[in-house]
Amino acid sequence: MITHVRQGPNILPLELKDINFEARGQRLIKDMNCAFSTKRRNVIIGPNGAGKSLLLRLCHGLLKPSTGSIEWSGAGANKGREYITHQQAMVFQRPVMLRRSVSGNIDYALALKGVTPSQRREITDNVLQRAGLRRLADQPARVLSGGEQQRLALARVWALSPEVLFLDEPTANLDPSATHAVEEIIQAIHETGTCIIMTSHDLGQARRLADEVLFLHRGRLLERAPTEQFFDNPQNDLAQAFVKGELLWWNRGRDNRKPPKENN
Amino acid sequence: MTDFSDAFGSAFSLVATFDSALVEIVGLSLKVSLTAVFFAALIGLPIGAAVALFRFPGRSILTVFLSALMGLPPVVVGLIVYLLLSRAGPFGVFGLLYSPTAMVIAQVLLITPIVAALTREVIEEMWNEYEEQLRSLGAGPARALPTLLWDGRFSLITTILAGFGRASAEVGAVMIVGGNIDHVTRVMTTTIALEVSKGDLALALGLGIILIALSIGINGAAFLIRRMAEQKYG
Repeated sequence: MITHVRQGPNILPLELKDINFEARGQRLIKDMNCAFSTKRRNVIIGPNGAGKSLLLRLCHGLLKPSTGSIEWSGAGANKGREYITHQQAMVFQRPVMLRRSVSGNIDYALALKGVTPSQRREITDNVLQRAGLRRLADQPARVLSGGEQQRLALARVWALSPEVLFLDEPTANLDPSATHAVEEIIQAIHETGTCIIMTSHDLGQARRLADEVLFLHRGRLLERAPTEQFFDNPQNDLAQAFVKGELLWWNRGRDNRKPPKENN
Repeated sequence: MTDFSDAFGSAFSLVATFDSALVEIVGLSLKVSLTAVFFAALIGLPIGAAVALFRFPGRSILTVFLSALMGLPPVVVGLIVYLLLSRAGPFGVFGLLYSPTAMVIAQVLLITPIVAALTREVIEEMWNEYEEQLRSLGAGPARALPTLLWDGRFSLITTILAGFGRASAEVGAVMIVGGNIDHVTRVMTTTIALEVSKGDLALALGLGIILIALSIGINGAAFLIRRMAEQKYG
């Protein structure tokens, strides 16, 4: 079993109220309202440019919304900015590794969190073993393959045992076997009680991993439903089309769904 | 033509026999320039990294200023240090003028901007790649500064060597503040200038050969270190 258990009060629920995000004069996230409260697996799907990655970065605090508020309202949220930061972690589409060994990369993340050196060693050993990276522990992290680096990125956040884990298309560049390995680690992390919020444009992955699906299109949250309900009986017509694998580019004459040529 | 071939001949024999005058001059050159590089790195690396990482008013002006200082004319730096260290100057009481220390000070002033400006470029590029990941892990610019200096260590070697190259090759600043005093402040470049004007080409050529060999050797070593490191660490 994992030896390090999360301590301290929760920062969840996370509430987004009337979020808008603008960049270079374009509104990329529009009037978004949603909340994440339970430790479920939320998968955000939608076509390219829907604002999936932006939404993750806004939730994680890497970006500030142009208008609206993003608030952690659990008891732990009163413990200050640093506490909130360390209760979250994020895995990016392309993992960024420091020019250190595999174990050195995990050790660095734990040191930032203020974990003592002896605990750091123990936790690092533990997660490397569980992520199947132990034999690579002393290798320089940057020479690992893409799949191994992504597994290392997951081992790194696993070591941090965050309350909320954001993943931005963590398997976008991976082959099926590496994707399978990454999905297994995501499941294992979730089983330790971590709330998963991830983006994907792989519908199969959403079916496999999600408790709940959020469908984004052109910066708007169009539908949110439990996985089975979403795939069996999507309410929104764009979501229906997306689930069926149709291309969502037609103009339906509404102000917020312009054809692509007017956007570019 | 025979003059030149004679000069080359005696230059090589000076180098080959480790002529004591030549060894002394080369030794002092290296001591002055390496000391200057050490202090320039100590000051320039953190300054360059800080300009790259922190957002503050006047940052762009400082960036332009740093780059502009890279091209400081050595004689002007020499003149400024001369004024500061001369008897009548603010630091005259220390009696440093015409000493190796004065030469180190002038070279530090000359190459710190080079190290800082090149470091800023390296670190800024790295920050583009690392920023989200490091901020996600809870490291702001202040905590990222030592991390990035360490992670960029192989690129920064080149930066420091650029500083060393400039320091060991310049003549104007050390000439003015060192005075080219035999056995005290005479370095390779000032000796070359002096010997050429005296018409004694052998020592000048010998030193010239060493300067060039040094430059090639150091840059070659830097190239190899970087290539090996890139293969090893990615």
